[in-house]
Amino acid sequence: MSDVAFSSDRPSFVRKALRKPGLVAGMLIIGFSILLAIFPGLFAPYDPNAIDYNAIRQPPSWSHPFGTDLLGRDSLSRVIWAYQVNMQMAVLGTVFALVTGVIIGALVGYYRGIADMIFGRIVDAVITFPFLVLVIAVVAVLGPGLVNMYIAISVVYWVYYARLMRAEVIAQMGNDYAAAGVVMGYSDRRIIFRHLLPNAITPVIVYWMTDMALVILLGSSLGYLGLGAQPPQAEWGVLIAEGRNFISTAWWLSLMPGLAIVLTGLGFSLLGDGLADLLRPRG
Amino acid sequence: MDENTPILQVDGLNTTFYRNGSALAALRDISFSVARGEVLGLVGESGSGKSVTLRSIIGLARRYGDVTGAVRWQGRDLVGMADRALRQIQGREIAMIFQEPMTSLNPLLTVGLQLEETLRAHTDLSRTARRDRATEMLDLVGIPSASQRLKDYPHQFSGGMRQRVMIAIALAANPKLLLADEPTTALDVTIQAQILDLILQLAQDLDMGVLMVTHDLGVVAQTCDNVAVMYAGRIVEQGPVRDVLREPRHPYTVGLMRSVPENLPPRSPLYSIPGVPPGLDALPVGCAFAPRCASCIAPCSQDRPTLSLITEGRQVACFNPIATSQGNAA
Repeated sequence: MSDVAFSSDRPSFVRKALRKPGLVAGMLIIGFSILLAIFPGLFAPYDPNAIDYNAIRQPPSWSHPFGTDLLGRDSLSRVIWAYQVNMQMAVLGTVFALVTGVIIGALVGYYRGIADMIFGRIVDAVITFPFLVLVIAVVAVLGPGLVNMYIAISVVYWVYYARLMRAEVIAQMGNDYAAAGVVMGYSDRRIIFRHLLPNAITPVIVYWMTDMALVILLGSSLGYLGLGAQPPQAEWGVLIAEGRNFISTAWWLSLMPGLAIVLTGLGFSLLGDGLADLLRPRG
Repeated sequence: MDENTPILQVDGLNTTFYRNGSALAALRDISFSVARGEVLGLVGESGSGKSVTLRSIIGLARRYGDVTGAVRWQGRDLVGMADRALRQIQGREIAMIFQEPMTSLNPLLTVGLQLEETLRAHTDLSRTARRDRATEMLDLVGIPSASQRLKDYPHQFSGGMRQRVMIAIALAANPKLLLADEPTTALDVTIQAQILDLILQLAQDLDMGVLMVTHDLGVVAQTCDNVAVMYAGRIVEQGPVRDVLREPRHPYTVGLMRSVPENLPPRSPLYSIPGVPPGLDALPVGCAFAPRCASCIAPCSQDRPTLSLITEGRQVACFNPIATSQGNAA
């Protein structure tokens, strides 16, 4: 048993990632979605709000691949511009929950005691509520709109991250390096944030990916119900809602944004699954 | 080597944990002292309280239970000390190494970063001085091409090498006492001897006291100056290693020694002490070892024998100790 470093012949992280088709597909979809979200103007053939009364409710054609809506606006351009709103939703709808959940979960998992018991009851209380109803209630109180929707989602969603993080920190504390940190005289903050948190965060990151897909779905649902993004802003839920009265005559109005939701959700799910595969087995 | 002025003095240490409302007496009335350069061994079966003793001294146990009594470290009492003050002692004056080299290093940080982290917490060396000291420490514990290995992660080291790294981290700030919690249990026998030699050598070179927890009497015989035998949270016999191993007085010590297979013909049955240690929530009224003891007499199941001096430097807690070869049973 000699001690040769075997790092050189281990396949690199990137090479291992590229060997997983699901993960690659997920990265391509999400990568492209991010591009569309940042530079919608580059990809959209028309101004998403340009009204053309000569081309109302036209079926998909070469000049309008996704057809046009009841004001003659180009559906493809509106779906593309909606990426901006919906991808923003995926990030802003989860990031506050992620950060607060991770911090609270790590603290509660490290200190346990009374705080942990109170935390447990809060989690129980939030989780027993039907989620969509709770979010609708919060939005109804604060008023419709994207910002209020983010607040509503964050208020509920942090418990899921916190719960996951707490369990993972407790599991990590079973390893001696946590005790070794205490015995070395490191501060609690150092042990929690430098040693425990990076080791415990992997499952949280994986959950975050699938959560972004869920939040896009939720945001679209709220948009559809008129509680999220407000027309004339292009948002997939809003677009579907606009097309629902014409579903038998202008099916493309609801179908195309629906497909965008499915595709993006699939992308996040593939990414999450792939990352889980890649990160979980560790030695 | 023996200055006889203890640097660590443990006096009547009690540790109690609580589970579902019932109290578990993990440690009762533990007293011993460690001098500069002395190696004291704590031996006993699993669950006898060896590790809890270490963890109570260094301030780990009080996070999970009640610790009372006195742990005097150079005139100061560690038991009642505030966390902030205790942190100045942990890692700097008293260091600890663990049983599992596989999990006692943070897998995400390089060995060099983890070494430097200790140095940053406990010394005011500059960045480059820390780097030099880290290299020096890896070198000291016998890791080849130390300066390159600083950039490696724990998974790139074998078990024995990881334990060396742990020792390097523990000793980086020049502690005066090393608490070693079964440092060789997880290693194979050849590596075990190397690590023990290393600890002994460093203890001697750095004039450092060592409190060595082990269940292996062979390790005790090889390394320790004095030994304390623990059973069910109490010390049952204490004294210089040579005397205790040559003439054990407590029936439990005798049982432990008989359990070590020695000069046995192949396929002969191995000896083990009959019965199992009592649960900490259901300790017997008298001597905790009485139900398993071959030389149990009437008072054993009613009263608890106290640890008392029988000969120079020897303490035994037993009503009916094993007679010595001179035949002067107490």
